[in-house]
Amino acid sequence: MAAVRESALPLDLERIRADFPALSRRVNGHPLAYLDNAASAQQPAAVIDAVADYSRAHHANVHRGVHTLSQEATALYEGAREKVRRFVNAASLAEIVFVRGTTEAINLVAQSWGRPRLAAGDEIIVSHLEHHSNIVPWQLLAEQTGARIRVVPIDRRGVVDFQAYLGLLGPHTRLVALAQVSNALGTVLPIAEFVAAARARGAATVVDGAQAVPHLPVDVQAIGCDFYAFSAHKMYGPTGIGVLYAREALLAAMPPWQGGGDMILTVSFEGSTWNHLPHRFEAGTPNIGGAVGLGAAIDYLGGIGQARIAAHEQALLDYATAKLSGIPGLTLVGTAPHKSSLVSFTVEGVHPHDLGTVLDSRGVAVRTGHHCAMPVMEYFGVPATTRASFGLYNTRAEIDALRDALVDAIRMLR
Amino acid sequence: MDLADLYRDVIVDHNRSPRNRGRLDGASRHAEGNNPLCGDRLQLDVDLAGDLIRDLRFEGCGCAISTASASLMSEAVKGRTRAEAAQLFSAVHGMLTGAPADAARLGKLAALAGVREFPARVKCASLAWHTLNAALAGDGAPVTTE
Repeated sequence: MAAVRESALPLDLERIRADFPALSRRVNGHPLAYLDNAASAQQPAAVIDAVADYSRAHHANVHRGVHTLSQEATALYEGAREKVRRFVNAASLAEIVFVRGTTEAINLVAQSWGRPRLAAGDEIIVSHLEHHSNIVPWQLLAEQTGARIRVVPIDRRGVVDFQAYLGLLGPHTRLVALAQVSNALGTVLPIAEFVAAARARGAATVVDGAQAVPHLPVDVQAIGCDFYAFSAHKMYGPTGIGVLYAREALLAAMPPWQGGGDMILTVSFEGSTWNHLPHRFEAGTPNIGGAVGLGAAIDYLGGIGQARIAAHEQALLDYATAKLSGIPGLTLVGTAPHKSSLVSFTVEGVHPHDLGTVLDSRGVAVRTGHHCAMPVMEYFGVPATTRASFGLYNTRAEIDALRDALVDAIRMLR
Repeated sequence: MDLADLYRDVIVDHNRSPRNRGRLDGASRHAEGNNPLCGDRLQLDVDLAGDLIRDLRFEGCGCAISTASASLMSEAVKGRTRAEAAQLFSAVHGMLTGAPADAARLGKLAALAGVREFPARVKCASLAWHTLNAALAGDGAPVTTE
């Protein structure tokens, strides 16, 4: 019940917005309405300052030096790992691998877990909703191993068909890879149910959590997945840093996927021995500043409370859905009953790219295009959509600005 | 940044009512253009008689800029020779990338001059021309703006 009480407290938006320097910008003569959070969210000063402070005072290489700065850098880097572990409730630090982002995490699983294990006849299941980063690595793996990709269908609301999924799960299923939240439509999957069904058939599970972590509390043990991937920059952290959570027993049995410094214990020309987990999967000098920034973003989210953020964002979603539905000729794409805070839509007779330009001239930042989910666009028979995606700092006034700019754009272009 | 300079009346008109839209039966040349960034796709059929572009039609989905550009291009090059079309392309390309618009040579195509103030949209305006080039070159490989 603590979560309910916590979520009942509204956010102090004025104070929160003051935490994000970019939000005070004007764009093309208008106050910026940043509604492209699903692509990348803005950073609070706490994140920017943590990275700058690291660079100013504590920068050195990690895990190497006996000198003070190296020890400080190592403490900061490993401290960030512990923050991540708590953030997703992993059982052990050995299960938290720092990577460049979600894409790299999924490629790591495909190449290190999948490539030695899969063979012709094996099946990989993905849904029709996936981002290209949760399709293409599996296609590469399928080409390398002869495995086959099966696709769980969606319906016209953008809901992934659970019954069809159960039908696809079979003796040949080796791996299930699913987005917890769709980047193109916002659909939230009951991910624990999908994972449990896969595990019951003995399949490994990969969850693309890039669009989930900014909006929902995530507990990898409750979800029960083998792998969970996400990026810092969609949760108010820096770019170039992300996380692969991997169940320790699986990670321990996986070969390194990149070789280099930091991932070895010993190297000789006769052969090398691998470092302990998770360092075996972090070859080379890592993105130390990025990890520090991710840790600061986790602290920032924790300071506000994820349940409160979720409540605020759901209210924004309801408001935007009602506001936009009233615009003649506008069709919402993605109307699942359980959605994260984004609206994807088309406007009859007006191409998204033109909408994007007109909206930008009014300071409203949205994403237009296929959202790296071309199969989703194909399913709905549209080349592209316009997507407004909300974060913890967005306001109703910004949604009003979006609506007004849309009405003007339609008047100008249709 | 002035939107009215981008979406001039001529552009809006050619987007609403594109000229030479459709497919051309018995076209001697064909090309396909893609702008992967925004999902624009363009099919271009050309009836090329020797050096003369006797007729051409385009079909596809795209934004107002790419549709209007294809429409304006189709009017501008119909009945012209390949060499004349190539000269027009170079004038359009120059205009889109910052050269002063040569109104005498460009005619109605000068309506696209505002696009250069919107760098993200230059590819939209040039897609049709790259596709025409591919069709005239006759190599049949799809072109892309990337």
